[in-house]
Amino acid sequence: MEETTQIAAQVTELAYALDTFYFLVMGALVMWMAAGFTMLEAGLVRAKNTAEILTKNVGLYSIACIMYMLCGYTIMYPGDASNLFLQFGDGLLGRGDNAAADVIASGGDTYYSGLSDFFFQVVFVATAMSIVSGAVAERMKLWSFFAFAVVLTAFIYPIQGFWNWGGGFLSESFGYFDFAGSGTVHLCGAAAALAGVIVLGARKGKYGSKGEINAIPGCNLPLATLGTLILWLGWFGFNGGSELKVSDVAEANAVSLVFVNTNMAAAGGLVFALILSRFWFGKADLTMALNGALAGLVSITADPLSPSPIVATSIGAVGGLIVVASIVAFDKIRIDDPVGAISVHGTAGIWGVLAVLFTNSDATFMGQFVGVISIFAWAFLVSLIVWFALKAIMGIRVSEEDEYEGVDLSECGLEAYPEFTSAE
Amino acid sequence: MKMITAIIKPFKLDDVRQAVADVGIQGITVTEVKGFGRQRGHTELYRGAEYVVDFLPKAKIELAVDDAVLEQVIEAIANSARTGKIGDGKIFVTELTEAIRIRTGETGSEAV
Repeated sequence: MEETTQIAAQVTELAYALDTFYFLVMGALVMWMAAGFTMLEAGLVRAKNTAEILTKNVGLYSIACIMYMLCGYTIMYPGDASNLFLQFGDGLLGRGDNAAADVIASGGDTYYSGLSDFFFQVVFVATAMSIVSGAVAERMKLWSFFAFAVVLTAFIYPIQGFWNWGGGFLSESFGYFDFAGSGTVHLCGAAAALAGVIVLGARKGKYGSKGEINAIPGCNLPLATLGTLILWLGWFGFNGGSELKVSDVAEANAVSLVFVNTNMAAAGGLVFALILSRFWFGKADLTMALNGALAGLVSITADPLSPSPIVATSIGAVGGLIVVASIVAFDKIRIDDPVGAISVHGTAGIWGVLAVLFTNSDATFMGQFVGVISIFAWAFLVSLIVWFALKAIMGIRVSEEDEYEGVDLSECGLEAYPEFTSAE
Repeated sequence: MKMITAIIKPFKLDDVRQAVADVGIQGITVTEVKGFGRQRGHTELYRGAEYVVDFLPKAKIELAVDDAVLEQVIEAIANSARTGKIGDGKIFVTELTEAIRIRTGETGSEAV
């Protein structure tokens, strides 16, 4: 009897260790998405703005980590805290992790380290912020962007994240279902980006006075492609890790399904975006195909666990079609988004949240609808106010001359490719 | 002596090089250039938005020839560079007053 109890305790500890390990590795994969965003954006801007977009990406990632530790995590997951304010700083994290005796006593209900949860969540907030950087690329002041990053990662994202994952009204009262964050992460970031682009305006030369829409081709498509594939890889952590647990047969199977569906949705999105761009524009536009893969990934993120692989492929495929149409439509209304981030994460994010209705009987139209509306309205309106405030206080746009010369020089004082670039 | 300057489609460069070599030409100079003629530029689409390519890439070849082989060389270039489609390019012929081989000091037809 004694021996059986001992073995049971050891199994519980082992499962805890395995799930924690899984959580951390998945989190590390999501961290690598920062590299994906960075390379994708560096490839789709012009060479003269490359060093600045790199600086923005490494900067925003680090700011997100610090702000989320200082207050974001506490706001998003208040738990049973009696006094919220005592937990700011690293109070929540510094009070120590789960003790072995408590884990064993929980009988498996406590199955991962508290710090591993923080680590996994912190890389998500960085993802949301990364979405903004691409959309406002090539004309925004670096430090205004960083100031916005502070506000988004400390307050805007965590507050609406609480609504879904922290026990707030979306999940509790409306049954909003969003597995890994098509709405909570991607739509939130896209709404903030949209507000930013509206306040900021289009890049000089993007739209002509007679209504013409000019193309501004990206400088390095190999980098854009590498970035997309890195994001594709990172997404296995994003969705796979969101299952939170892997240590029994049912969970291991669920994680496998999530991996397969995530992969299939990306493939479906890429193929259909490529086909649509071929028939619409006459040629196979690589950048649209890349956006298609990402749109497929965003689409499946709200529920990668309910669909079968072929249904997941279809959800991704629809995402791929939607994103191409969305990019063209945003251009028509003069919303200048150099990398297509608002379409990939916003439009496809909304589709992803609504697509849950086709495969998951627990989701309700009301729940998903209220989720989309409240996340978008919150992130968009608060961001709009913050952008206007930043514009009034420090200005958000570089001068016309600096924009022509490239923000590499005006913001960073160096060039990404000093031996090759010219002004155009 | 004449100087032949030909603007051709870049993908025809190897054919032209072979063709002039076959009629005995021993050296040419090649430059990558951009420009437009009656073909003008053309439009491309990037992410659904049009952009105009005003100047198309071309190859410019220059070769100095003796008057005796001029017709033969022109014919070789024209035949090998021709695709029959717009944008095949042009051949210009100008008078060449002197040529000097730097290593030996030879001049005139000896030097081309």
